Amino acid sequence: MQNLNAHVGKNIDNNTGTSAHNKSESMPPVTRTWLNQFYETESRRVLATLIRLLGDFDLAEEALHEAFTAALTQWPVDGVPDNPRAWLVSTGRFKAIDQIRRRARFTVSYEDIAEQLESELATEDEEEQGIEDDRLRLIFTCCHPAIAPEAQLALTLREVCGLTTEEIASAFLTSTPTLAQRIVRAKAKIRDAGIPYEVPEPEQLPERLQSVLHVIYLIFNEGYSASSGNSLLRHDLAAEAIRLARLLCQLLPDPEVEGLLALMLLQDSRRAARVSPEGDLILLEQQDRTLWDQQQIREGIGLVLRALGSRRFGSYSLQAAIAAVHAEAPNMDATDWQQIVGLYDALLERYPSPIVELNRAVAIAMRDGAEQGLQLIDALLARGALSDYHLAHAARADLCRRLGHLDDARAAYERALTLAQQGPEQRFLHRRLAELAEN
Amino acid sequence: MKYLALVYYDEKVMERMSQQEWDVLNRECMECVASLTANGHFITGSPLLPTSSATTVRMRDNRITTTDGPFAETKEQLAGFYMLEARDLNEAIALAGKIPPARYGSIEVRPTRELREEGNQAGGNAGTKPTGNRALTDHQ
Repeated sequence: MQNLNAHVGKNIDNNTGTSAHNKSESMPPVTRTWLNQFYETESRRVLATLIRLLGDFDLAEEALHEAFTAALTQWPVDGVPDNPRAWLVSTGRFKAIDQIRRRARFTVSYEDIAEQLESELATEDEEEQGIEDDRLRLIFTCCHPAIAPEAQLALTLREVCGLTTEEIASAFLTSTPTLAQRIVRAKAKIRDAGIPYEVPEPEQLPERLQSVLHVIYLIFNEGYSASSGNSLLRHDLAAEAIRLARLLCQLLPDPEVEGLLALMLLQDSRRAARVSPEGDLILLEQQDRTLWDQQQIREGIGLVLRALGSRRFGSYSLQAAIAAVHAEAPNMDATDWQQIVGLYDALLERYPSPIVELNRAVAIAMRDGAEQGLQLIDALLARGALSDYHLAHAARADLCRRLGHLDDARAAYERALTLAQQGPEQRFLHRRLAELAEN
Repeated sequence: MKYLALVYYDEKVMERMSQQEWDVLNRECMECVASLTANGHFITGSPLLPTSSATTVRMRDNRITTTDGPFAETKEQLAGFYMLEARDLNEAIALAGKIPPARYGSIEVRPTRELREEGNQAGGNAGTKPTGNRALTDHQ
């Protein structure tokens, strides 16, 4: 935003030497492209504040739209105001009050609301101060655990990220009406159940932050791991999740937020290497590591070190640390498996789960040999914890293959194949089975 | 806002409690009501006798039909209710978490609605129209 202000101010000052409100023929035109760009960067901020001021998502969206429409006609003529964001907020609010007044002709109670809103009018400067907090409030409201999880995702992408309903629907392979309905229901729940527009109290913050981080990570995984559907849009989801985490880092610096951002950056750094041009899955072992995005890796590692150094880190930071060890290794064999096993131990101790046990078993296999890993996986499967999880069978199959137990490997790949849902994973398992048949 | 906190638990589990455990829980509930009252959150509320004492009444074709038991068989049964005054859902959730049986069963938190002469909320034609895409580009 600083850059944009500087840019606007400089252009106008250089050309006219007068205030932005003055009309000048030599002023560069406020082009539609410029306005569209401005809309991209500012609309969600302005919306967040309008939601707080108006207490209603739909009214705020209408107000946002009317404010931008007004800007579209006024700014090219009058110039960009000194504080365009505050201008949009106050214009949006006046438009909303007008809108309520129009409705008030039919219902008396709307007039009270309009009067109340008018009496609360703040100065533009006061509004400016609250704007960053408003975005944080909006994130916490959209990710409130009292809203259904899939609606939290949709609402966050719609209201915080500004994706259209159509874009979200196609990214989640859902129909637009279904998704629109989900969003409508979530907004109705916010209104009817009295879900507040606030950053939670300190005692509720850790739990609620977990819910926000979970939503961001789900958005990321939707974009990262699924390869069905329109791949371009799905990558956008991963990028959106990273952008959200960056925003959250700015608004609410916290080691776990940094940990999650690091984890996503480190996973995303392998994006170009993990799928072949034919859309087939490439495992870590076979990935061309020169394709890994070094800039994302550097940033990710820096964030992990900071998060771990804080000693207030959680599960995301530990997972990011594991990803960082992989990112630093030139190849599979040169990976510091000792350190990876240690990190899985720490993860298992604090956040026990069969999935973590499975991953630890694979790391043990790399450190101590396939036999040791296989024992752990068999014990895990015997407990019935992961018997329907395709990756558990795929991991077992891989270790059997390495040990030369080809019949066991074949049976396990076949079992994995009956459980796998995604096309690239199914193709990968088919390839492995075909390779076994050649032996 | 007014919220109704409905207390549900598995009656069979509670029946297995010793008299002493049950008394301790009941005393906790009394303390909970006292504290909610002192803080201005408690409007009304009461524990209920078990579902074995329930009778379900329906009015159909101008005739009352009466059946034994609750209206539906569920894993957890309605055991009591608290009508609470709370600033918003976050406060209501915090208050509901302090209701002692929350440790054993579930507390359903529901906002109440006002009865009006007309234009009543929900029910009726409650569907809200979905909002469309309001990107700036729509209007060029």
